[in-house]
Amino acid sequence: MPVGTSVEFLEKVVAATPDGGHIRKCLQCGTCSGICPYGFAMDYPPRSLIAALRADDWHGVLESDTIWLCMSCFACASVCPVKIPLTRGLLSTLKTEMLVGGSIPQELQTALSNSRRYGNPMGESPRKRADWAKGFPIPVPVMAEHRQPVDVLWFVGDYPSYHPRVQHVARALAKILFVMGVKFGILGPEENSDGDTQAFTGEWGLFELLARKNVKAMTKYSFREVITGDPHAFNAIKHEYPRLGFDRPVKHYTQFLLEHMDRWKPLLGQGPAMRVTYHDPCYLGRANENNIYEEPRQLLQAIPGVEFVEMSHNRALSLCCGGGGGGMWLDGFSWEKAHARTTEWRVREAVAAGAEVLAVACPYETPRFEDAIKSTGLEGKLVVKDIVELIAEAIFGRERAT
Amino acid sequence: MNIVVLVKSVPDLVEDLEIDATTGLLDRSFLRLIPGELDDHALEEALILKERHGGSVTVVTVDTGDVDETLYTALAKGADRAVKVVVEGLEPGPDNTRLAAIFHRVLAGIPFDLVLTGTQAVDDLDGFLGPMVAEAAGLPYVGYVTRVESTDGKVVARKEYPGGLCADIEVTRPAVLGIQAAEKPPRYVVTSKVMEAMKSATIEEETSPEVPAGSGLAVSRMYVPETGAHAEMIEGTVEQVAEALAKLMRDRGVVA
Amino acid sequence: MTGEICVVIETIRGEVTELSYTMLAAGRQLANGLKTRLSALLLGNGVRHLAGTLGAADRVVCVEHPDLADFNPEAYLQAIAGLLRSQPPRVGLFGHTAMGTDLVCGVARRLACPVAVSCRTFAVADGEPRYASLICGGKIIAEGALPAPTCLATVMPGGYKAEEGRVQKTPPTEIVAPPPPEKPARTRFRQYIEPPAGDVDIARQDVLVSVGRGIQTKDAIALAEELAKAVGGVVAGSRPVIDQGWLPTTRLVGKSGKQVKPKLYLALGISGAPEHAEGMRDAELIVAINKDEKAPIYGFAHVGAAVDVLELMPVLTAKVRQVCAGAAR
Repeated sequence: MPVGTSVEFLEKVVAATPDGGHIRKCLQCGTCSGICPYGFAMDYPPRSLIAALRADDWHGVLESDTIWLCMSCFACASVCPVKIPLTRGLLSTLKTEMLVGGSIPQELQTALSNSRRYGNPMGESPRKRADWAKGFPIPVPVMAEHRQPVDVLWFVGDYPSYHPRVQHVARALAKILFVMGVKFGILGPEENSDGDTQAFTGEWGLFELLARKNVKAMTKYSFREVITGDPHAFNAIKHEYPRLGFDRPVKHYTQFLLEHMDRWKPLLGQGPAMRVTYHDPCYLGRANENNIYEEPRQLLQAIPGVEFVEMSHNRALSLCCGGGGGGMWLDGFSWEKAHARTTEWRVREAVAAGAEVLAVACPYETPRFEDAIKSTGLEGKLVVKDIVELIAEAIFGRERAT
Repeated sequence: MNIVVLVKSVPDLVEDLEIDATTGLLDRSFLRLIPGELDDHALEEALILKERHGGSVTVVTVDTGDVDETLYTALAKGADRAVKVVVEGLEPGPDNTRLAAIFHRVLAGIPFDLVLTGTQAVDDLDGFLGPMVAEAAGLPYVGYVTRVESTDGKVVARKEYPGGLCADIEVTRPAVLGIQAAEKPPRYVVTSKVMEAMKSATIEEETSPEVPAGSGLAVSRMYVPETGAHAEMIEGTVEQVAEALAKLMRDRGVVA
Repeated sequence: MTGEICVVIETIRGEVTELSYTMLAAGRQLANGLKTRLSALLLGNGVRHLAGTLGAADRVVCVEHPDLADFNPEAYLQAIAGLLRSQPPRVGLFGHTAMGTDLVCGVARRLACPVAVSCRTFAVADGEPRYASLICGGKIIAEGALPAPTCLATVMPGGYKAEEGRVQKTPPTEIVAPPPPEKPARTRFRQYIEPPAGDVDIARQDVLVSVGRGIQTKDAIALAEELAKAVGGVVAGSRPVIDQGWLPTTRLVGKSGKQVKPKLYLALGISGAPEHAEGMRDAELIVAINKDEKAPIYGFAHVGAAVDVLELMPVLTAKVRQVCAGAAR
């Protein structure tokens, strides 16, 4: 059932961000639609969406469900010549309107309902959020039990906490922090989903609910800064949490590890020779111009044996893994609409660049790219490792790394 | 059509269930309570009927200390009224007998054509809420309903039997129906609407004068079943498990 | 007779249901233990010949009337309550089904007695009958006494073998008319609606690849189809999957779906709650894949592995194809 008018919607878009008014300057150049990974499958890629609104075709827009293909990768926003905040302003506001009108793919609904009830999209028990660290030889202090100040609060994230593959990444980072002598702690059961991806499905209300819980938990404890392995958490804590009352410094682990390289680089053993390429996560790079591109590369190039190769879509041109904007929970939907997986393009690109290892720095990417390796038949030709896994392997050897 | 939806709070099975060593019963301090899954379906079916035929939907639940979110969510989805029944001294636990008496008393003050509730709940032990309410109110009951249609003064409830067989059963109004599944999966309501409901809508509170009598059914103990039999578990990586399973299937003559 | 054990037999489309025999087996145990009589209550129209399989009972009371030809909750409730009220049983057993659960609480209220539901097994201790019920998705057993002088119960399958309750012999049978209704009928059976035809009959398959909530997304159904093709089977599912519309109702395994006994039942991401277990626990080989090592399904599956279902499916498909290819040479 159509809600409102084109004009009313445009006003919401303008109000959504400080520079929202730029939408009125749209040149209809089409660069946004051209760079959009799923633009070819959308009824209204960004340029067409603006054209439809100008033509007062709001009803037509609401009848389409292809907005759910948008993975909030910020590619369109980063290339717009008049700097329209397309991702945050236009596309996520359209998703909000769809949700308010009751239009939501069933797959996504489960992830959002779970996030609301359990604080994680998987629907796992919040009490078990720190279970990944049970029985692990490295102590991983949970702040509520630890009750002492730490240097660093490590915001672990949903997938490193609960997903069997990504728990290896969490354990690798724990080991590295330990040998560096970093006094760290985690929130454990007090941690909720950072909420960033849920926000970009249009559920800004849910984001605020989750964020406020995290802010409340974090402000109880004494620490200098937050670090996280999750670019989405990094993005949310850096850009959105301050207005909710949390403004202590936050770093992605790539920044932190680079800053303190002297504490772990000497521990690296002579590793096997490998050709490694790096996938720039959207939310470390393009999103909100976080522009963290060089730090991960410097880390990789510090590992003995690594020969670094670059993929053609690198840095600001990186090709999204499809996990953002709800994409992590919409694979069935995107396959039905687009019959293409961005992850499959990406792993082929990695192999074409001559890489044997695809290094990543975001928890969505390890499982997503590993699935793509299987579905493209590239098993044996390419492996996926998070940067901390590569560092941990170089320090501890492969079997003891995680 | 005026519909009342009865919602029961039940243990969330996502959490581990523990037995309290002293009472020998479910340790309720560990429990998370959520609205019964089939009650969610009952609400959805009620909202669908309201969208089709007009009228109102009233949601009623007994207070367990944290039911407000459930009620505001129902209001945000489109329910018209939400009633929280506060019963001092009501012991938590599977107790449909007391709940049915409480709901029956509340229903006396609400005009309705239909009462919908989940056809069963995970912690049912002393009976089922729907039929107990129906019997107390002297109303007809049909359970395992997956679709409701309204005709002149009556409803036709589609009752589900095993194997996909269904039966259409016509019932005069007012009636109580036990919902097995709504015609569509329960809808999602965006959090901002629930927040809005929390600010602008009111939850009506009713107090029950006393705790009604229980069923008389005794539970001497609860325990987690230690099955004598347990599956032979294959350990290892996905690769190793797949290898073992493929071999097992071949050895048993299931494949090739 | 007051104080006897009474089983309310269920029939659908002229056939006694398998659960009725399970109830007779349970009833027999109680009657023997309490040294009392076991009666079977058979309702319908033109059903008296069905008493021929109810030999486990000491007697059959057959209530026949056109209004009882097809299950009608109100008519059945009035008939059963009317009959039992004058001679309340010590224990009355109803099926935990779309029929029994409609009736048991109404009858109990009219007899002013309590009810115990989801009962799996019964026992007699110190001359008193006791129940054991499976609740909370199969994760908890609740036990207790069935209070005197009368208590009703709903019975789930799995605690007794139906064969034990099926005795080909006609016990002494009394044909009675139902008591006259107290008020005009408010409930009327209209018609049956057949399940959609044209799809496969999962009950006839040798291999079922069955998916539950653990597969998480509709996308994964395609993986299950691939696996099913590789193993020569068909995809089935549990309630949550069918409710989402990811599979048609013809593929539902469980209490409200089909009862299946394939050679191989591959349960992927299924917890094994009683409603589902009811449909498949007699399969020859049950292989359960569920990350949760405490999932109830491991209590009756033959083989299991606590790995990720989504990861396993494509790998298993590939392995099975290898194995088949190997055998073909």
